[in-house]
Amino acid sequence: MSAKKETLGKTVGVVVAVCLVCSIIVSSAAVGLRSMQETNAALDKQSNIIEAAGLADKAAGDIAGTFEKYVDEKYIDLATGQYVEKPSDNYDMYKAAKMPEYSVKVEGSNVGFQQRASIASIYEVKDDAGKVTRIILPVHGSGLWDLMYGFLAIDSDGNTVRELVYYQQKETPGLGGEVQNPSWKAKWDGKQLFDQGDVAIKIKKNANPSDPYAVDALSGATLTSNGVQNTLSYWLGKNGFGPYLKNQTWKS
Amino acid sequence: MADVKEMKKVLFGPVLDNNPIALQILGVCSALAITTKLETALVMSLALTAVTAFASLFISLIRTQIPSSVRIIIQMTIIASLVIVVDQILKAYSYEISKQLSVFVGLIITNCIVMGRAEAYAMKSPPFMSFLDGIGNGLGYSMVLIIIGTIKELFGFGTILGFPIFELVQNGGWYQGNGLLILPFSSFFLIGGLIWVIRTIRPEQVEPKE
Repeated sequence: MSAKKETLGKTVGVVVAVCLVCSIIVSSAAVGLRSMQETNAALDKQSNIIEAAGLADKAAGDIAGTFEKYVDEKYIDLATGQYVEKPSDNYDMYKAAKMPEYSVKVEGSNVGFQQRASIASIYEVKDDAGKVTRIILPVHGSGLWDLMYGFLAIDSDGNTVRELVYYQQKETPGLGGEVQNPSWKAKWDGKQLFDQGDVAIKIKKNANPSDPYAVDALSGATLTSNGVQNTLSYWLGKNGFGPYLKNQTWKS
Repeated sequence: MADVKEMKKVLFGPVLDNNPIALQILGVCSALAITTKLETALVMSLALTAVTAFASLFISLIRTQIPSSVRIIIQMTIIASLVIVVDQILKAYSYEISKQLSVFVGLIITNCIVMGRAEAYAMKSPPFMSFLDGIGNGLGYSMVLIIIGTIKELFGFGTILGFPIFELVQNGGWYQGNGLLILPFSSFFLIGGLIWVIRTIRPEQVEPKE
């Protein structure tokens, strides 16, 4: 390290040059790859919805095409259960929960968040004839470590569960993380949510597989199981999708 | 100076003789966190090898120009830029895996191996040798990650790269997954065991008693 390259001017010059080159590289990588990243994120969400829709086999890799053909994104006002227009371009119900004009306070529930969006985006799955066969509701609530985000797929009777797909969770791998285990997810198929208008679905230990209102809890993950229960109780209740499911808005 | 023998030593030396994790005990943090599945361990190894190699290359290219008073900052700038580029590429081409790796790609910036090699080797050596040195150290890191990842995934989940090897009890098989191995801290035992094995094979790596 010779002393002659230690002049102030040279030091500043080298630093500026390095920063300039680095920032050009970083920004061109970010801009050049952005559209691909956005496509990936959208595709990732769509593939979760396709899975909840039970169309994964039918899609056979063509996620975007299948989504386009069989799935409709709709917006509902949670308080009334009626359809509304899309509130704004790029509306995201999870981001909207933080904006004062779209958010509603959550009270009297241990679901794990304080505010939710007043308008929810739901997905209706049609068959080839255009008849609604499944409804996919976004649900989220706290597990043991963090909020868990998922989709609940219900038959067009508004009562029979088909799938419960969690796509984002940070539960303990092997214990709470088993919410994503296919064999546990399969237990939800055919369960009934409501008994005479009240939320009746329960997650409990040693549930009888033939009981239409009970799902066996995850072993070693009581708090995660409670979290799933609280999530469903809230979102199926009158503060969640209750009004929408009661009106059976999709049939009108 | 840059003959074939020297190149071989620079490239393969760090794999066993001078392994950055096992001997130098550098960069252990990410080896603990992302080795639960072999697939993430592989991608992480690849990302770190690429960053170390190119960071060493670029730093070596401009090594005569870097004023020594700000050399660490310049090294960090170059490393950080490379890490961001790698992160962006992963998000664009391998979204699933980049979701699993989450913050750990960004944490390559603070991985001591990258900066250790830049400061210790690339500042004094010609570009091509520095590039090889970066790849060599990346390979050494990769070897440890792959070994730990294989052990953890095989005995924790009963799978290798997602293919079932042992049928798990949950899926109607006979193998009860080892819950301890799924948790990040079990890598402590495994890395400790690995260091022990390497030092038994190569007793010259054992530090002299004080």
